[in-house]
Amino acid sequence: MSSGADGSDGPRGDVRGAVPEKETTYVHGDALGAGPGTTQATRTKVGKGRREGGERAMVPREKPTSYYGRPVIKPPVWTWEIPTYFFTGGLGGASATFALAADLAGNRELARRSWLIALAGLAVSPLLLTSDLGKPLRFLNMLRVFKVTSPMSVGSWTLTLAGAATAPAAASALLGRELPGARAARFAAGALGLPVATYTAVLVSNTAVPVWSEARWELPLSFAASAAASAGAAAALATPVEHAAPARRLAIGGALIESAVTEIMEKRLGELGEPYGEGVSGKLTTAAKALTVAGAALMAAGARRSRPVVAVGAAALLAGSVCERWAVFKAGFASAKDPRYTVGPQRERADSR
Amino acid sequence: MNGHVVSTPAWPSTYDGEAKPRMGFFTDTSVCIGCKACEVACKEWNEVPEEPLGFTGESYDNSGDLGANRWRHVAFIEQRILVNGVSESAPDSWVQEAARQQLAEHGLDAHEDDSGFRWLMSSDVCKHCTEAGCLDVCPTGSLFRTEFGTVVVQEDICNGCGYCVVACPFGVLDQREDDGRVWKCTLCYDRLLDDMEPACAKACPTDSIQFGPLDELLGRAAEREAALRARGHTEARLYGHDKGDGVGGFGAFFLLLDEPEVYGLPPDPVVTTRHLGANWMAAGAAAVALAAGVAASFMGGRR
Repeated sequence: MSSGADGSDGPRGDVRGAVPEKETTYVHGDALGAGPGTTQATRTKVGKGRREGGERAMVPREKPTSYYGRPVIKPPVWTWEIPTYFFTGGLGGASATFALAADLAGNRELARRSWLIALAGLAVSPLLLTSDLGKPLRFLNMLRVFKVTSPMSVGSWTLTLAGAATAPAAASALLGRELPGARAARFAAGALGLPVATYTAVLVSNTAVPVWSEARWELPLSFAASAAASAGAAAALATPVEHAAPARRLAIGGALIESAVTEIMEKRLGELGEPYGEGVSGKLTTAAKALTVAGAALMAAGARRSRPVVAVGAAALLAGSVCERWAVFKAGFASAKDPRYTVGPQRERADSR
Repeated sequence: MNGHVVSTPAWPSTYDGEAKPRMGFFTDTSVCIGCKACEVACKEWNEVPEEPLGFTGESYDNSGDLGANRWRHVAFIEQRILVNGVSESAPDSWVQEAARQQLAEHGLDAHEDDSGFRWLMSSDVCKHCTEAGCLDVCPTGSLFRTEFGTVVVQEDICNGCGYCVVACPFGVLDQREDDGRVWKCTLCYDRLLDDMEPACAKACPTDSIQFGPLDELLGRAAEREAALRARGHTEARLYGHDKGDGVGGFGAFFLLLDEPEVYGLPPDPVVTTRHLGANWMAAGAAAVALAAGVAASFMGGRR
């Protein structure tokens, strides 16, 4: 299917009568000029996508749907720290919950390592988030208010509390002796790990970016599954095979659910989901799927017999989780930059009223 | 429409007796002449940094869009209009014939010349939404609702997290690169406090940009729309006047002569917060699923 991004939607009737398609010659020194090179004549394909057929000039043209092909919404200003944080936050959060479960199940080897993984993930996360700020020294302003309407506010508080609870839990696990309040801290960290691993999906779905906001039902489960896969994989990588069975099961289960949910999300998004099949986000999606499926297969094959095979599988799952977060992140940029995705569904909605 | 008060979630209730009438803009694009005095006046008054100038190749538009350093932006659209049912994709001779016919029937008032060409100009600005997504998602409380019902960024609090940038359905807010913070139209909050009208409205030579109490503007806009329609401009329509829309109505609304998307405006914007409940519900379900998955991974012993 020819891309509408260059304004060529196929036949549009009498060429002589058509508005001349002029080249976009944007030389203004602005990064946003890098949008799709379209003219006012760009029409939407997203939505019902009424197409002109045949050679008859009297077939009405579709309405222009953009202003020189410029985006209607702004692309995110977020940089590499954010998708990296989606991974580390997911890893840390799910690991805290997993570590608590390991403790309760009496699997000390697994619990000890998982608490340390949780601490690592939750310690590096605030640093990444602070580094992404336009004014990093003002990071404490995040804790100035608490707003339930702002997933970022809820997340900042949750992450702060989860980190604070995980520190004594991990310290106790590392030292091998119970620090004061460690038991309460473990339960708090294990519980807070769940929202830490899932709220990031709300962070992106609660935006005007179509590929994120329209995936509001799938993204949280996708992120949770990706977090589970990475937490299981990291624990399996760090723990002797005879103690790591639950970690392998979590990793494989997470990987399978993540793959399934991602498929469902792409299907349901329809044309809005095109960024998952194109460009950088498309490549990342392919890599994420391949790594996730291969990683799950290797972990299942290795099981108790071969630690190296499990290790390779775990590494593949971790890489798959990273790619998945980056795919979602990059898809958001592609979705925001093409006005078709913003205007198409809105026009359809407005017309149906 | 006159007389009804358009309130917002945080206004006037949170201001007790200190709330002022909700102030806003009515931008009547049918009288915009594209002089860009508003862009310049805004930059001058608000000390908005200059941007490198150049040619966009997009009619007379040399500033592109709204952003951290453009709080007013004048759009220029050159288009062929549909005359007497003839599509703009029809052969030129048909368009010209239809234009001549329209000229005979309606006189010069109905169009600019006999080539079926028209030029749309429109000064875009922050909409100061009744339900403002930027304000809702701001994690620091930097964005707030003023006593005039407008939405303003407090620059001494903004830490440049960038959430409002992706929450705005209009692409109004952006981060200033050398500064890291997010900037947008303040509806000249400082001038309002001194009973002065915003710089853009003050500078507008045709009163395309009208400033005043929102109720009053809504009434005036309805009259203007009706008058234009009575004169045969059936394409005239108000945009952002309806408090039943996806953002609860704009504080700065427009009279347009074509579909909003032609001007680069979203045809049916919806504030992200409308879906917040669903979003959190989905996350809650995912969190429960994660807990169940973790618990399940310990079932079946230590194989």
